[in-house]
Amino acid sequence: MKELLLGNEAVARGLYEAGVRLVSSYPGTPSTEITETAAKYGEIQCEWAPNEKVAVEVAAGASFAGARSFSAMKHVGLNVAADPFFTMSYIGVNGGMVIAVADDPGMHSSQNEQDSRNHAIAAKIPMLEPADSAECKEFTKLAYELSEQFDTPMALRLTTRISHSRSLVELCPRQELELKPYEKNPQKNVMLPAMAKIKHPLVEERTVKLTEWAEHSDINRIEMNDTSIGIITAGSCYQYAKEAMGDNASYLKLGMINPLPVDLIKKFAAQVDTLYVIEELDDIIETHCVKHGIPVIGKALFPRCGEFNQQMVRELLTKEKLPKKSLDIPIPVRPPVMCCGCPHRGLFYALKRAKVYVSGDIGCYTLGASAPLSMMDTCVCMGASVSALHGYNKMLGEKGEKKSVAVIGDSTFIHSGITGLIDIAYNSTNSVVIILDNSITGMTGHQQNPTTGYNITGDPATAVDLEALCKSVGIPRVRVCDPYDLKQTQQVIKEELEAEEPSVIISRRPCALLKYVKHKPSLVVDADKCIGCKACLGIGCPAISQRDGKAVIDHTQCVGCGVCEGLCPKQAIGSKEEN
Amino acid sequence: MNEVKSVLIVGVGGQGTLLASRLLGNAMLRAGYDVKVSEVHGMSQRGGSVVTYVRYGKEVASPIIEEGGADYILAFEQLEAARFLPWLKPDGTIIVNTQCIDPMPVITGAAQYPENLIAKMEEKGVDVVAADALSLAEQAGSVKAVNVVLIGVMAKRMSLSKEDWMETIRATVPQKFIDMNLKAFELGYEN
Repeated sequence: MKELLLGNEAVARGLYEAGVRLVSSYPGTPSTEITETAAKYGEIQCEWAPNEKVAVEVAAGASFAGARSFSAMKHVGLNVAADPFFTMSYIGVNGGMVIAVADDPGMHSSQNEQDSRNHAIAAKIPMLEPADSAECKEFTKLAYELSEQFDTPMALRLTTRISHSRSLVELCPRQELELKPYEKNPQKNVMLPAMAKIKHPLVEERTVKLTEWAEHSDINRIEMNDTSIGIITAGSCYQYAKEAMGDNASYLKLGMINPLPVDLIKKFAAQVDTLYVIEELDDIIETHCVKHGIPVIGKALFPRCGEFNQQMVRELLTKEKLPKKSLDIPIPVRPPVMCCGCPHRGLFYALKRAKVYVSGDIGCYTLGASAPLSMMDTCVCMGASVSALHGYNKMLGEKGEKKSVAVIGDSTFIHSGITGLIDIAYNSTNSVVIILDNSITGMTGHQQNPTTGYNITGDPATAVDLEALCKSVGIPRVRVCDPYDLKQTQQVIKEELEAEEPSVIISRRPCALLKYVKHKPSLVVDADKCIGCKACLGIGCPAISQRDGKAVIDHTQCVGCGVCEGLCPKQAIGSKEEN
Repeated sequence: MNEVKSVLIVGVGGQGTLLASRLLGNAMLRAGYDVKVSEVHGMSQRGGSVVTYVRYGKEVASPIIEEGGADYILAFEQLEAARFLPWLKPDGTIIVNTQCIDPMPVITGAAQYPENLIAKMEEKGVDVVAADALSLAEQAGSVKAVNVVLIGVMAKRMSLSKEDWMETIRATVPQKFIDMNLKAFELGYEN
């Protein structure tokens, strides 16, 4: 039976078929659906971990116990998990272990465009890269075989376009596997310097053996057509090249991108006139070719930044452009915005009124940086809002402390904000940290987390008591406010900025998109009362706009949160009955 | 059919473009074609400009569509129709929901929403099919059915039978929304 599956769903199917028993991940676009889909197979124990480092360590533990295990993350998540990733390379596996990492060329939903192939090379972990959903499934299964055969964790590299594209996948039954017996073996599993010194040369030998495997594996395949142009490529770039060039070029399609073959590339190079490497982001394949004396054209022609497509390949290789029409008028951009009824909106409006420096973080609330709220000064990575605020305040003293806050979501706080908060208490700045608790992991599409009281399958789970946690690490002041109540929120922010102690404000209101959140009827504007002052437009609600000098509320979007009501100097906004 | 057909589905995050692409993908799978669909998840779903690609034929390589490559554009909103017009083949058809949703730069006054976009497209010789999908969706029972109304409008112009489409809807949407979506499809189809 064939099904139309997302690349991510196909990886999950591969986990099921390969007999994987444990999946532990932290959500991150574009990797999230792998773990969500895996959780629907009752045979796999799936968990949302507090962060990627924990997730990979949990998967390592399951491998020690003899099970096939897995962890998925976005590219920046692998930075968080880099510590166990690098050392598990030395240790190897008992049960097979695979780590999927989804890169985001074009930064559809990310803060940087790093190329995870560099991590695989640096950690000396072999990496496969599928080019469609069918390969997502097959390569996942192959990765477990290689993991156990070569005693190594394996990396599966995805990109947004592979993860989030659907194509046909043949479904097969699950292979049920017994747990491999655990045998105590400190020489293999305890990475003290004495043991690691023995292991490192074995890792180098492993790479040599894997290179030999790569020379002959059918996942690295040559497709000979017209020999005037040869293209070495992998992943989605292979599809773009095939679409643009068809039979007018020959291809070396690489399924394993670490380690790369040498003789196979030389063999292909010898058969074509001009050799191109088409790869998004860094020049990994190109550098490998150059190192082995194989002349190729890569980044001299193709960009290092952004996502590729068939149009780029066609235009760069053939100079041909398809005809098209356009309106030749300026089209305003449509950036993402906070949703109607988003609890973060009221909080950011209150911060705007308080005119503070905002140390930002990663999540839906990063949209608070956009106009008209424009209330974010910095945003680095998960958890950095809290620790960077401490550093900022340490340098500026009261001048900083009285005029600055950190904003961080509930899930991000658990991921890596709590360590920064411990630092604020321990190394003592009077910093104000605002936890935007919307009872869910929002931006990645509603995943449960340790604060929500539910686990990945929706069953009740132990919930972190945020108030008690913050107090227990040494934060004397912990306040809670409702961001729909602007007056209360503004008052709490004012008081905590004035306080002479470190403080946490929990801005608590569930995400408006959660199914259990009941929406109120749309609000309406009384056109007779509206004076067109645009005060209500200042909160950046997508449901409110102005037509013919008067505010109007789009009833298809408004969820009746009421935050705008308090902004109107003429009380022109209200429910249908009131107006 | 050896030739690959390409349909670009564009709109505003939250309008339900993903269901439209899944319906189209499933319908073409049912018709026996190779199908690729490229979706948008994550940040741009939050009220931003979203684009989904559906391609089908004997064998599809790339899951995405290039400028000048779309046989159809299914636009959920006028400004998005104008933004993605360059993706239409010169002889392609653009189906436009007449709804206008102001993007944030228009709301804040930093930009103007261009006027008469449908007329401007027609002046360029574009084959435009305009439909008030929002009203039809409300008539079907939910503003959320705009996606299925628009699929109905496009289905009328494609080779697959009406019954095949309706079977696809039954197989794709949750049980309790089947009747409402079939009504929405019908209203679009007969529009």
